[in-house]
Amino acid sequence: MSPRKRSARQSLADSAPVFAALGDPTRLGLVARLCASGPMSIARLTEGGSVTRQAVTKHLYVLADAGLVRGTRVGRDHLWEIEPARLDDARRWLDHIAGQWDDALGRLKESLER
Amino acid sequence: MKRSDTDRIGRQVLIRAPRSRVWRALTDPAEFGAWFGVNVDGTFAPGARVRGRITHKGYEHLTWDITIDRMEPERLFSWRWHPYAVEPGVDYSPEPPTLVVFELEEVPGGTRLTVVESGFDDVPLARRAQAYRMNSEGWTIQAGAIERYVAAKA
Repeated sequence: MSPRKRSARQSLADSAPVFAALGDPTRLGLVARLCASGPMSIARLTEGGSVTRQAVTKHLYVLADAGLVRGTRVGRDHLWEIEPARLDDARRWLDHIAGQWDDALGRLKESLER
Repeated sequence: MKRSDTDRIGRQVLIRAPRSRVWRALTDPAEFGAWFGVNVDGTFAPGARVRGRITHKGYEHLTWDITIDRMEPERLFSWRWHPYAVEPGVDYSPEPPTLVVFELEEVPGGTRLTVVESGFDDVPLARRAQAYRMNSEGWTIQAGAIERYVAAKA
């Protein structure tokens, strides 16, 4: 097994809790809203939705446990935001796509130099 | 607008073959399909929307769908598509596509081929995280295909 393959497997294993946390439509929706709008209070995150404040709070703590979001106390409320470290996932996704380009270009090179 | 450093992927490969030969491997649908892993339906022309069937094992149910941007013979070939659009039943068309640009340059000993894919910043972050899980599986399958190919040639 190549080192690259092993590290890809390892990073996949490390990411399992992240995907477990994201594997719920409500939580995925919360992450998407925080990504799009920046830090938000629970009151704002609950606005206009069908999910109760208690349920949103519970989901936010699940996301926080997975390291995806973090809550900061502001006065009597919490402000929730995306945990920047997890934005690394975007980079890792890019690395994987780059890996696929490497493979495809490798096949092209092989076929032309045969 | 300023693009972040996760907006683009760049790759370069030196191919020991003339530029005209590399150009044909990029733009002849049958030749392209053989190394890219797709059964191309149609021909490549600027502005054309071209579709095909992915031939990678486990991904045969997927449609490959690109819109050709530019074709400058033996120099530049580009298209737009939705990267890693692998979830069945998901309509990716509302998402901004990425741009894939191949550039060919004659160098001593052959042809330098540069591929740049850009526009990832516009892909929704939640989808990037979700796609990562599937992408890892796809990557493992593709790595296996390469190993078999190389072993068969040895």
